[in-house]
Amino acid sequence: MGDPMRIRAQAAGSNATVRVLMAHEMETGQRKDAAGKTIPAWHITNVSATHNGKPVLSAEWGPAVAKNPFLQFTVKGAKAGDKIAVSWKDNKGDTRTDEATVT
Amino acid sequence: MTQHRVLLAALLTACATGTVWAQKSTAEGIAEYRAMLADGNPSDLFEAKGEGLWQQKRGPKNASLEQCDLGKGPGVVKGAFVELPRYFADTQRVQDMESRLLTCMETLQGFNAAEIARTPFGRAEQVNMTALAAFVSAGSRGMKFNLPNNTVQEKTMYEVGKRVFFARSGTHDFSCASCHAEDNKRIRLQDLPNLTKNPGAGNGFGAWPAYRVSNGQMWGMQLRLNDCYRQQRFPYPLFGSDATIALGLYLGVNGKGGESIAPAIKR
Repeated sequence: MGDPMRIRAQAAGSNATVRVLMAHEMETGQRKDAAGKTIPAWHITNVSATHNGKPVLSAEWGPAVAKNPFLQFTVKGAKAGDKIAVSWKDNKGDTRTDEATVT
Repeated sequence: MTQHRVLLAALLTACATGTVWAQKSTAEGIAEYRAMLADGNPSDLFEAKGEGLWQQKRGPKNASLEQCDLGKGPGVVKGAFVELPRYFADTQRVQDMESRLLTCMETLQGFNAAEIARTPFGRAEQVNMTALAAFVSAGSRGMKFNLPNNTVQEKTMYEVGKRVFFARSGTHDFSCASCHAEDNKRIRLQDLPNLTKNPGAGNGFGAWPAYRVSNGQMWGMQLRLNDCYRQQRFPYPLFGSDATIALGLYLGVNGKGGESIAPAIKR
């Protein structure tokens, strides 16, 4: 289980804007340490989001995404009280899921 | 020929009205950049981690930090950061946030304080220390600095801090004052706050701990001061040393009434 994400979901008109801040090192696998050894790749590969259990977003990420990724998206038809859950999986098989309620 | 004159006239007019050459000042540009980043401030992640560590039973004594006295009573986090550094009767020392957290980690949880102080930033327990510092500072977000500074020990440390601030030393004859004792100074594109009074002191002291976007690191005030010393080509200051605490007290007292925005975000 990775470190917790910060999810904020705000209703805006008939949709909700969701902002997620994920805690992850996102090593590209191309950096070398002081000794010259390549630091192994360690980054999120898949992201998914659900709205009241229904999938609304899926993403495949690679080494181009920066450390501690910030993701923002809009969910159509989401209103206050609805549940938004965001999950990620990384290349080492670690996962994390967090949930937030739309305000 | 006429076309050339018209073009020249237009160019000169643009110059005169300043519209073509109008630019944001560097400070405004950086402020805008920070506002854009503030939405997803990774400091929040360290704050969340720190909150978990505060509550988690850890160390040889398998205890949490929930009874840690940061100056406002055991377990009181709200408002503690804006009253630090301050004098603590139990250790008979003036302490800043990070050295006080270290005291609590030792007395409540049984960790070896000297070992943690010797650990480089970003390694082992120092990583947890940074997260705890982010959490504690968040408990005073938006509050104004109000260090008590009412004991003889604090007043003495303030004077020590002032001397340390102005003392020129090291291979380059630098002091903190070399960069931070005048208004409207900058180094390359970085504005330098005047730390001898408000608003510079409050702004400067209240902006750390902060997440540095340029190196993806979370820095507490101990690391910030450590890096100042590195830039001045001074010897490596000990973590939680009297000199660094005295400086923190000097800044905090000078910044009285200034608002704390910690944990913040930096370039």
